[in-house]
Amino acid sequence: MTDTVLLAGNPNSGKTTLFNALTGSRARTGNYPGVTVERRVGTWTLGDREVELVDLPGAYSLAARSREEAVAIEAIVPAASRSAPAALVVVADSGNLERHLYFALQLLELGLPTVIALSLADEAKSRGITVDTARLSERLRVPIVSVSARRREGFAELARAVSAVIRAGGASSPIRLALDPDVEADVAAFEAKLPGDGPRRRGLALATILSAHAEPDALPPGLAVREARALVEAAAAAGRRLAESIVVARYAAVDRALDGLVTRASSERSTTARLDAVLTHPALGLLVFAAVMAVLFQALFAWSEPLVGGIETLVAGLQDLTRSALPTGPLADLLVDGVIAGAGNVIVFVPQIAILSLFLVFLEDSGYLARVALVIDRLMGAVGLNGKAFVPLLSGFACAVPAVIATRTIESRRDRLLTMLALPLMSCSARLPVYTLVVAIAFPAGASSFGVSHGAIALFAMYALSVIGALGAAAVLRRTVLPGQVPTMILELPPYRWPVPRNLVREAGERVAQFLGNAGSVIVAITIVLWALLHLPGDAAAEAVHARAVVEAEALEGEARDARIAELDAALAEANMQASVGGRIGRALEPAIEPLGFDWKIGIGLLASFAAREVLVSTLGIVYGVGDEADEESEPLRARLLAARRPDGTPVFTPLVGVSLMIFFVFAAQCMSTLAIVRRESGSWRWALFMLVYMNVLAYGASLAVFQGGRLLGFA
Amino acid sequence: MKLSQLGRGDAAVVRRVGGEPSIAVRLMELGLIPGASVRLVRIAPLGDPMVVALRGTELSLRGAEAALVEIERTP
Repeated sequence: MTDTVLLAGNPNSGKTTLFNALTGSRARTGNYPGVTVERRVGTWTLGDREVELVDLPGAYSLAARSREEAVAIEAIVPAASRSAPAALVVVADSGNLERHLYFALQLLELGLPTVIALSLADEAKSRGITVDTARLSERLRVPIVSVSARRREGFAELARAVSAVIRAGGASSPIRLALDPDVEADVAAFEAKLPGDGPRRRGLALATILSAHAEPDALPPGLAVREARALVEAAAAAGRRLAESIVVARYAAVDRALDGLVTRASSERSTTARLDAVLTHPALGLLVFAAVMAVLFQALFAWSEPLVGGIETLVAGLQDLTRSALPTGPLADLLVDGVIAGAGNVIVFVPQIAILSLFLVFLEDSGYLARVALVIDRLMGAVGLNGKAFVPLLSGFACAVPAVIATRTIESRRDRLLTMLALPLMSCSARLPVYTLVVAIAFPAGASSFGVSHGAIALFAMYALSVIGALGAAAVLRRTVLPGQVPTMILELPPYRWPVPRNLVREAGERVAQFLGNAGSVIVAITIVLWALLHLPGDAAAEAVHARAVVEAEALEGEARDARIAELDAALAEANMQASVGGRIGRALEPAIEPLGFDWKIGIGLLASFAAREVLVSTLGIVYGVGDEADEESEPLRARLLAARRPDGTPVFTPLVGVSLMIFFVFAAQCMSTLAIVRRESGSWRWALFMLVYMNVLAYGASLAVFQGGRLLGFA
Repeated sequence: MKLSQLGRGDAAVVRRVGGEPSIAVRLMELGLIPGASVRLVRIAPLGDPMVVALRGTELSLRGAEAALVEIERTP
């Protein structure tokens, strides 16, 4: 069995960049068993042997405050039944040892074979910070290696040091935290009740005391928290603050260890301070923030467009090619409209995911993302989110799929889930074709109030409603489904630094690959099912009529012939869809959606738009016999929809029905791709299904209220 | 006084961290321990959170969290 080496360290310590540099492209990701914290494992070559390197989630302490930290405790101090890691590499920022050594010291107390990697050595040097690593190593009795992931320096030394501690086994001499005698007595009494022995037991005892009041879901199993709480409370009654004493003692040990070993040039910290004077300035800071968000938005919308267009053209070309190569029939249809279309539905997201991921990793690695969170936190805090939720929410205006992936920058699982569940309410670009078509048919072109056309007012209202919906949903979900401790915004502001380009590409590439592999297969499967629903079993009689009529039409000449054949094809597609399983579902659905003002043809559209919202437009094109090429600007489609009548002779698409339909699209979870990515990123179908239910209930209720309320008020 | 009442540029020494134990422990583990020197560096453009310098780095926290930290202003 290969040895496991754990990589631990504070957030912002350069740990993940180091992990990426050490493992090259040989890493895989998965989840920790039972929880949805991502587990990254890679192969690291130590001279003549290979070890498994595990990138633990960034943590400030072994005390559990979140699932991420619970995972770290589990891995570092495993239950007695599981094997301990072969070695521990603690990453600490060379320029920030006063803080990062706190966690390092806590880990050294465990007595595991440990090496400290002082990261960002090049950056510290350029900031004029020097650390006497030799003497620090003597004082802490642990090998210390300076590394720079950017310059790939110190890797061989690190590998040698880790090899040596693995070979030596657990022979390193642990640091023992010196406590006040009273506190020491409390800790010793508690420690005696825990299983195991030695420094690991003591380390676990101290970590458990600091975790005594953590939320239950942030705790790893098997931690004796209830006993720790009793101990802490009993000590408090006697006037001893255990947690405070432990933390103070450890920081005192950090200060003693560093005393006289770190020198700073006086001009140090100037670059970050100078940048922050602008970037978090009351006026300029907001201006820069708005500009950066505008560029991000522009990139997501406009820069991705040629790529998306190119992919769509390629897929269409492949579909034509396949169609012409295969005999006409159900097999060709399945391949072209099911499999290839499904693959196209997946690949089409890649440009936006890649662009947003690159952008976000750049913002995060450069340090600006922490400032984004700082600048906008107040607004987000009002609805129970924190500042880091802003970029994902904003990205939701373009597309929920990359936006859900973007929630990865939010450390707390609860905050991340909340953001993920609320952001699909933001009106994405796929809703725009639907709004455009409905506005065009439901609101007469000339109608306006105060010089603003009613259509424009309706469109604006939909976007406003989507923002109110998303923020409102977050506020409500925070109080109901995901309650708990008041969210905090305790955040370290890292110094600004240039991101390592290789790291950007690697991180963005990984997100794309995970989307393709995991969410992709779900999207292809659902595309095929939807295709089958909407095309099978077919209308044999209509096929026969179509075949005969086409033979007759062949006798015509030129344009007249083409027009006639297009008309016949559209009629056949209409007949087939009406006869399909989906058509029957649409009819069966009619009593349920009638109170919203929708007829069965709209019902088929709602079903089909589960593939992607804009599919409503082409589906209406088919059920209204205009053919599947119709887009939202199509005049024949608009004319047919305007002329559509109910059995009683009244028009189908009244302004009130239009508003009801748009409101349904604002709130409904109709997008299979969003569902697939929420499943991937939340780690379970549970949250994906919860999103499906809550959004659709919201959509139904809102449309019902609008349509019925509108009728009561006398609108047609 | 409380850390949340500190003015921009003011320095102080932490006396005690109170409030919900789990938040208090987190604040202490980030360096806000009795005796630590802090300085209010800036306040976010919208008035919250604030940024304090301590132990050579900067930490942002909301007013609600800063109100848990008792301090003594240093001249």
